[in-house]
Amino acid sequence: MTIGAQLINLFAAILLLLAFAMLSQRRVVSLIDLFAAQGLVLALSTAVVAYTTSQPHLYQSVALTLLLKVFLLPWLLYRMVRRLDVRWEFEGLVNIPTTMLIGIVLVVFAFNLALPISEIASTVTRSTLGIAIASVMLSFLMMIVRRKAIPQVIGFLAMENGLFFAATSATYGMPMVVELGIALDVLVGMLILGVFFFQIREQFDSLDLKNLEQLRDEQMSPPGASPKAERVSPEPKQR
Amino acid sequence: MIAILAVLALPLLGAAVLAFVGERPYASRVNVAASLATFLAAAGLTIDVIAHGPQVALGRQFLVDPFNVFLVALTAFVAFTTSVFSRPYMLIEAEHGRLTVARLRLYHGMYQLFTFTMLLALLTNNVGVLWVAMEGATLTTVLLVSLYRTPASLEAAWKYFILCGVGIAQALFGTILLYFAAEKVLGAGGNALLWTELDAVRADLEPTVLAIAFVFLLVGYGTKVGLVPLHNWLPDAHAEGPTPVSAVLSGLLLNVALYAVVRCKVLVDGALPGAFARNLMMGFGLVSVVVAAFLLLRQRDIKRLFAYSSIEHMGIITFAFGLGGPVANFAALLHMTVHSLTKSAIFFAAGHAAQKTGTQIMHDIRGLVTISPVVGWGLALGALAILGMPPFGVFASEFLILTTAMREQPWATPFLLAALGVAFAAIFSKVQPMVFGDTTATRLPVRPAMLPVFVHLALVLMLGLWIPPFLAQWYRSAAQLIG
Repeated sequence: MTIGAQLINLFAAILLLLAFAMLSQRRVVSLIDLFAAQGLVLALSTAVVAYTTSQPHLYQSVALTLLLKVFLLPWLLYRMVRRLDVRWEFEGLVNIPTTMLIGIVLVVFAFNLALPISEIASTVTRSTLGIAIASVMLSFLMMIVRRKAIPQVIGFLAMENGLFFAATSATYGMPMVVELGIALDVLVGMLILGVFFFQIREQFDSLDLKNLEQLRDEQMSPPGASPKAERVSPEPKQR
Repeated sequence: MIAILAVLALPLLGAAVLAFVGERPYASRVNVAASLATFLAAAGLTIDVIAHGPQVALGRQFLVDPFNVFLVALTAFVAFTTSVFSRPYMLIEAEHGRLTVARLRLYHGMYQLFTFTMLLALLTNNVGVLWVAMEGATLTTVLLVSLYRTPASLEAAWKYFILCGVGIAQALFGTILLYFAAEKVLGAGGNALLWTELDAVRADLEPTVLAIAFVFLLVGYGTKVGLVPLHNWLPDAHAEGPTPVSAVLSGLLLNVALYAVVRCKVLVDGALPGAFARNLMMGFGLVSVVVAAFLLLRQRDIKRLFAYSSIEHMGIITFAFGLGGPVANFAALLHMTVHSLTKSAIFFAAGHAAQKTGTQIMHDIRGLVTISPVVGWGLALGALAILGMPPFGVFASEFLILTTAMREQPWATPFLLAALGVAFAAIFSKVQPMVFGDTTATRLPVRPAMLPVFVHLALVLMLGLWIPPFLAQWYRSAAQLIG
């Protein structure tokens, strides 16, 4: 195995470790640091792939990753956390050891899923495809078990990191136009979420998602007693 | 080619203009004008395709074929009529104090951007750009769903963002796998994601990879189509957002997401020997129809009711595409068209009904015919059309789907018939007392725009009785393409 391939495997392993670390991290600020670190490892591994396989277009995605995922998004997240003044997250849905165990099962599943695909892949990075799918699934798990809005969003962004890693390990990256489009979507999504967080905050005084569990099909409550009826019915009085 | 560029550039231009003047009193007129211009450009494109046939333009980046040309026209048309409807509707909402004038700027700008993403998703030949546009469609509508800033609308928007975001991430993984398979045959680079290129070599694509890719693509885009069990965001987003947004979500977004699924299905069908993709689509479709039909019974909110009805109809269409073959595909395409027209018409009528009575709870909406005959009859006729009553186009497409199902997948027919029956009972029994009966509601300060409702219903009626030859020709060749 060449040194390049070994480096890529090393970075992939670090990526998986970081995904587990994110799963177990309770503090929002550390979570953002981990996300930035994940972005950095992703950029480094992409750079190694670009160098060893001489794929010049990959350097562009390295630059894009560095700019977006190491600097811009963490900075936006930090700003948001500061302005919204949320530092801590106390409760997850499932406790940490159980989450980790579920995570391990997911990793095994991911490697199984990746097996038929990496068998036919011809890239030097094919062995890391399993890790890429695993980190997508771990981020997914993180979104499920977290109750607060910002950790969920970080999980969402980490999932995008995993997908990006999958793209580099299976195919040396997507065509440039697609990659730019994805980056644009992520950035715009982040900005929209920023606006959105302030709306939630304004309305509920907290970013706890248990406030956002009121909507039902409302068939159980008696007519007129549902929150919706109260909300809409004041209107006729205004007229 | 100029027409394609115009169709894409006009809504972008409209969005740019509205970003600056969106809160002025004339902004809603600008919105209508931009939508009308887009519609005219789409009509120009349609005429061009009728005259010169399908085309691939701008370095093969854009594609117009029988499958998407009618969807482009439909999207531009419904976007235009919805903008006409939204003008008085949003004025009334502002007068009721449900939103500030400043927020109308966001609404108008995002409305145009949403139209742009829909048209881009339809016209692009690049499967990757299709994904980008679909994600863009979510992003542009999230803030529209939460436009009223009520707790419920924020919750709906959050759910919409997270569920569709996760869903669309699955679709991205599917797209990556598709590219992975394509790169083996077509070589690396942007061309390997062009749909026309992929279609040409689809028999050589690696079957295992495509099978895995299709599962991810179906789950991903299927979340946006609202297929059960991925439908949770849909009723909330429809019920809590402003009515014009519900109308375009149901009428346009669901169609375009399904279009993305079907484009991918064509590729997978070519690569895989069996009926893998078809069976998956039939399964998802049938579950959606049955579950949505029974959930219809429990609804109390008028917009939720019709949101579930959208899930049901999307299920029918997905099932029909899964059946495959010229007749079922023809019927599915027809059903896409008539459902989009009918459902947006119903949302227009339901929106005005809710405004007139000040509530979305169906129990409190009574006697629409006495308050406003146009709204009452619009809702009644729309409901009859969506339930598949004979002269309307929905009847024709559902009839075709049912008869094909009887012939090819007889086991599915009882489920479909039962679900349609339940849906009929649920919607009819809820709409009938809303339209007739006693009422206490008052008149509205602004005259509602009911013309779009009747234009849509007239078109649906026409499609039930007579399909223009060029449209039938498109349906037939698209049905053949889908296989």
